[in-house]
Amino acid sequence: MNAVAGKALTSNHFELFGLEPVFALNADSLDSAYRDIQAKVHPDRFAHAGDAERRASLQWTTRVNEAYRTLKDPLQRARHLLELRGVDVAFETNTAMPADFLVQQMALRESLEEAVEAKDVASLDSLRKGLVEEKSKLEKQLGESIDAKNDYAGAAGLVRKLMFLDRLDSEIDLAYEALD
Amino acid sequence: MVLLQISEPGASPAPHEHRLAVGIDLGTTNSLVATVRSGAATVLPDAHGRPLLPSIVRFLPDGRAEVGYAAQARQADDPKNTIVSVKRYMGRGIKDVTHIENAPYDFIDAPGMLQVRTAAGVKSPVEVSAEILKVLRERAELSLQGGLSGAVVTVPAYFDDAQRQATKDAARLAGLNVLRLLNEPTAAAIAYGLENASEGVYAVYDLGGGTFDLSILKLARGVFEVVATSGDSMLGGDDFDQRVFCWSVEQAKLAPLSPRDMRLLLVKAREAKEFLTFHSEANITAKLSSGELVDVTLDTETFCRITQTLVHKTLGPVRKALRDAGLTVDGIKGVVMVGGATRMPQIQRAVGEFFRRDPLNNLDPDKVVALGAAMQANVLAGNRPQGEDWLLLDVIPLSLGIETMGGLVEKIIPRNTTIPAARGQEFTTFKDGQSAMSFHVVQGERELVSDCRSLARFELKGIPPMVAGAARVRVSFQVDADGLLSVAAKEATTGAEASVTVKPSYGIADADIERMLRDSFEHAREDVHARALAEQRVEARRLLEATRSALQADGHLLSVEERSVIESAAQSLEKLLESTDHRAIKRAADALNRATEQFAGRRMDEGIRRALAGRKIGSL
Repeated sequence: MNAVAGKALTSNHFELFGLEPVFALNADSLDSAYRDIQAKVHPDRFAHAGDAERRASLQWTTRVNEAYRTLKDPLQRARHLLELRGVDVAFETNTAMPADFLVQQMALRESLEEAVEAKDVASLDSLRKGLVEEKSKLEKQLGESIDAKNDYAGAAGLVRKLMFLDRLDSEIDLAYEALD
Repeated sequence: MVLLQISEPGASPAPHEHRLAVGIDLGTTNSLVATVRSGAATVLPDAHGRPLLPSIVRFLPDGRAEVGYAAQARQADDPKNTIVSVKRYMGRGIKDVTHIENAPYDFIDAPGMLQVRTAAGVKSPVEVSAEILKVLRERAELSLQGGLSGAVVTVPAYFDDAQRQATKDAARLAGLNVLRLLNEPTAAAIAYGLENASEGVYAVYDLGGGTFDLSILKLARGVFEVVATSGDSMLGGDDFDQRVFCWSVEQAKLAPLSPRDMRLLLVKAREAKEFLTFHSEANITAKLSSGELVDVTLDTETFCRITQTLVHKTLGPVRKALRDAGLTVDGIKGVVMVGGATRMPQIQRAVGEFFRRDPLNNLDPDKVVALGAAMQANVLAGNRPQGEDWLLLDVIPLSLGIETMGGLVEKIIPRNTTIPAARGQEFTTFKDGQSAMSFHVVQGERELVSDCRSLARFELKGIPPMVAGAARVRVSFQVDADGLLSVAAKEATTGAEASVTVKPSYGIADADIERMLRDSFEHAREDVHARALAEQRVEARRLLEATRSALQADGHLLSVEERSVIESAAQSLEKLLESTDHRAIKRAADALNRATEQFAGRRMDEGIRRALAGRKIGSL
């Protein structure tokens, strides 16, 4: 793999798509760059090519998909940006969170459990709605911390909060499935 | 094909030859083959003009197999040797199949995939499916008057890795070059999207004979993007037959039935179901082997009542896919109906009510998948000029993960990830001096290993002695464009590397495929060597042509020396084309592949550069 590693394989996610490394990314620019690149490297373009080209195509497309997935998701995008700026975020080990935030999270989880027990789809809907609003508020703050204030420590705290909300989000998904 | 000619600058390329490529819908109930002729996709009928091939295979004591209508005609007389709905058994063990007690076969619970004892010997579902595919291949070759360059074979979107691997193995066994495994709903969207030239978000509701799929697709500017997919690989039109069958047994107060009577009554149940699409009641009459006469009448209302739970069961996956896509029904521009079972009025009604709009059903639901597959095969074969083709971005339907302590699943690649995809995860040892680690690869959404499908187990040996927790074992998952997984593990702390690559255990080992191929050729009195030689020559020509066009398009990316290395490898291969030593051809082809590796990488970079040319950083 190293023998054939090209520029695209080693560049960071933003460079790969020719985008400026900012949190407030223009989603349309990302989408169109992604599609234009896929149109060139996707395995469907090489279904009749030789093994070497099919392997390269698989590798490059995998890389492009990974970069797109990362940049598309606000949480992953923020983590990638912080890594690029050399911030050691240690998200997995540093779990210290403000007490009021944790209390709020516990309350939300209790409501979720109650909604599941009562098979109450309306409560799930309202939990999801509140969560979506909370997430978009955090994302806005993240954008300001990273792009405007260069406050990376603050941004790392916001990313951790977002991770909590994402986990709650997937728990709500599971709750919906359980009620189906 | 003369490679030297094109390496001269300015020489015009050989006119592009049209490659014969087909799309195959390998269905639970019926299978079809289609191709694109003069720009239009068309289903290829058999010699009697019939487009469908019933997916039924009957094995005879002399080793031969009857496929399609001939087998169907005999299924009530010879139920034990006449395999229907084999798709339900692909990549499945006995315990995975619902209502297996109602199937009249002599099953053997082999590891990985069940098998059936027939008059022609023990057969795996892969071999049974290969018989169907062989008939379709021969039909296409006869009708198109030439060997096929490749085929796109469709699978339900909700098929897991084992089922996909089994399908690909069956196609290989039938002598097909598989260009791609394509998800059925995506194939249907290709057929619909292009004929109706629609942009927007669509739902594809695909209720086939044995499987249910719901996919959400985004169509925009020549890109088909699958946003989410869900379904039930054990729910289909057959289950409606089953309900009618059970209802009839109850109504007629029948004693347990013989396999023959069971098959007979199931056929009658299916006919009644189909009849009720256009009539308000259907008679089910049959004369059993005991001489007992069954004569019951099923009306629409009763039919709806006894199948209500099945209809309802399809709506769970619909809601799940919408949630995964982050959409509500208001965001859906249209609902495409696929699969013969969607003809049932109660299905049309339930879908219409759920999405609050009339479903799209203007294409024949039995043919739409094969037509879309043919269109995709035509693109993959390179028969459409660039700019007039389209791009398909598909996803994996089920999460892939690894077993961790306590029987829990660590998800490595979540469902609905766009493929191809790769993801890695680091694991470590939990005992001092531990020299091996075993891994269990699973697929599914549940947290417990026991609730997921087991795909493969493998062991990484040769880990150097270290204290617990010091080893760094990286497990990498790679899913290719067919949705097939390979897994590798590597220990990286001490530089002493060990790695292993596994293919899921539900697939069939290459050696088995070879053995089966040999068996089938012995039977057909074909020469294995001649076949291998023909295949290597086709492969070599394909490679030479690809190399030629790559050099022509991007030759400037190479230095003079680099180019001459590739050209001499190409010449060596070309000289061997007329040789009768298929192994020598293979070696030369491998050498050419190795010689073009770096070139291939540079071409990808160049492609990306060109795609982004004209965009300015910061102009956004």
